[in-house]
Amino acid sequence: MQTLTDPNQGFFGRFGGQYIPETLMAPVQELVAAWQALGHDPSFQTELDQLLTHYVGRPTPLYEARSISQKLGGARIFLKREDLTHTGAHKINNTLGQALLAKRMGKTRIIAETGAGQHGVASATVCALLGLKCRVYMGAVDMERQALNVYRMRLLGAEVVSVDSGSATLKDAVNEAMRDWVGNVEDTFYILGSVLGPHPYPAMVAGFQAVIGKEARAQILEQAGRLPDEVIACVGGGSNAIGIFRGFLDDENVALTGVEAGGKSLKPGEHAARFSGGSPGVLHGSETYVLQNEDGQVQETHSVSAGLDYPAVGPEHAHLQDIGRVAYTSIGDEEALLAFHTLARSEGILPALESSHALAQAFKRAPQLSPEQILIVNLSGRGDKDVHQLYQKEIQA
Amino acid sequence: MIRQTLETLRSQGRSALIPYLTAGVPDLTETPALLRALAEAGADIIELGVPFSDPVADGPVIQRASEHALSQGVTLPKILEMVAQVRADGLSTPIILFTYYNPVYRFGLEAFAQQAKQAGISGVLVVDLLPEAAVKYRQAMQNAGLETVFLVAPTTAPERLPGIDEASTGCVYYVSRTGVTGARSEMASNLREDLSALKSKLTSPLIVGFGISSPEHVANLAGAADGIVVGSALMAAVENQPAEQAIQAASTLISALKQPLLDLNNTQPLATSH
Repeated sequence: MQTLTDPNQGFFGRFGGQYIPETLMAPVQELVAAWQALGHDPSFQTELDQLLTHYVGRPTPLYEARSISQKLGGARIFLKREDLTHTGAHKINNTLGQALLAKRMGKTRIIAETGAGQHGVASATVCALLGLKCRVYMGAVDMERQALNVYRMRLLGAEVVSVDSGSATLKDAVNEAMRDWVGNVEDTFYILGSVLGPHPYPAMVAGFQAVIGKEARAQILEQAGRLPDEVIACVGGGSNAIGIFRGFLDDENVALTGVEAGGKSLKPGEHAARFSGGSPGVLHGSETYVLQNEDGQVQETHSVSAGLDYPAVGPEHAHLQDIGRVAYTSIGDEEALLAFHTLARSEGILPALESSHALAQAFKRAPQLSPEQILIVNLSGRGDKDVHQLYQKEIQA
Repeated sequence: MIRQTLETLRSQGRSALIPYLTAGVPDLTETPALLRALAEAGADIIELGVPFSDPVADGPVIQRASEHALSQGVTLPKILEMVAQVRADGLSTPIILFTYYNPVYRFGLEAFAQQAKQAGISGVLVVDLLPEAAVKYRQAMQNAGLETVFLVAPTTAPERLPGIDEASTGCVYYVSRTGVTGARSEMASNLREDLSALKSKLTSPLIVGFGISSPEHVANLAGAADGIVVGSALMAAVENQPAEQAIQAASTLISALKQPLLDLNNTQPLATSH
């Protein structure tokens, strides 16, 4: 029998794997084969690269935030501007890759889950571009707080399905997307939005997002003439973080920091910091750190940002934490909101609430470093989608 | 007990009736009475579901049952305690525990297998665990003397069948349709033929489930599989019912589903066995 313990078969140390119902084994194997075949297909990379350049707008700038660096009086802070991509977040790097793959596989129907709506919008966008039918599952709670993105997806021709089960957030949207896939394996391609799920998703999504780190590394060498001291990214499922970290994993002197959602507090149910309150478990197809109770039931999570509000973390992060290559910390709702406003006022950039968690960590860190030192923050998305939520919050206060 | 029960019934020319019940319905103190009612109404084996917060393979009926059970504080240790109690009270029907992997993983494979065996569980089906990913699990189950059940789906590649067959020490469970659990008014077409073709490739007994809801479905499958699982139809019948009505509804449904299997020798030709 085929073994999954082969190092190239989806394990990151002891994490990852394929924990799926039998019905999904065939489409997952089909996907593995199609994905591996891309390695021998230069025309795929050419097509993807052209679209990344002319449609997505890559490379995205690496911008030195001088004003805020000066105010904080420490390290130079550089922002990797994924917020400037078409559709406003790093998500499109992945959806474009997967949708092109779906087309090559002859799949005609796309399903996707979304939390903040950025992955949903990015999926709807590439489906419109490539002429694919698109259905997006979204938790009812998230539809409420990200109403603008729901409308955006519909404008792009996607069908948005509200998920009311469980906590009605991202994990429940993943559940529903997996149920859909189980029932429609023939014609349907599931575009998973993060480095989660059964193999090959964590490795495949990381591969499509690695362009962020590749660009950032070349850009910092060009602009500063040296590598950064630290790279900081927010971690929900963890695709933007893996994307930028991949550029620096082999540079031992570059510290890597992942920032999880600290929510209201680190009490169970009030955050989404898997490395603070979680333990190894199996959710949505892979073995990784999961927020769960002692009976193995997955816990409710909370974060002001829908994109970080998820109880499991990508298995590669679990491994990077295990071996100590990446340090994981958390930032609470209020600190993230403060960072949002700080960046808006001092740099004229509205960051996504998800990315604001990484910014908050950088703002804490910078004053501890000297002015010669360099921090890169992955500004994974723009805050336009959050404006409505912040406005509501303000008028309620 | 699973394999033995199915093989004995097969030698008598009969298929087993296997109702599925989520533990904690209507609540954990009433589940034993419901289990006894299922056995008395003709269940040959019972599939007992462990509720999970994220049941990705289940349709709405079993999702709701899961949520209900979890809201009642049902846990895997409490389920095992309950099973030990019904065993002590004399229920002898073999029980297959139907679960997602995470509660078992969290419990610890060895500890789970030992305690499940002690409680009187006969076999275990982990719905999101493929044989390929189950090396340690299979070892733990074997050490404890518990039988394993793995799934075959319509999408399963033929080259994987021998591995699944070998890994299944209790029986192989054929998912009759792609999709989540749930009653359907129509069964998959050609299901009898598919089962017959599948059986010829397996050494393990074969049971079938997903979407089987009526005596007509059961009659149609009698003899084609060694066991017939009825899940969502039963769960829908007992949903939101107080204990007494739930027991009544379960008895009525299981008795009706059993009828075609009792009549089997007179009305249905046996599938060719191998």
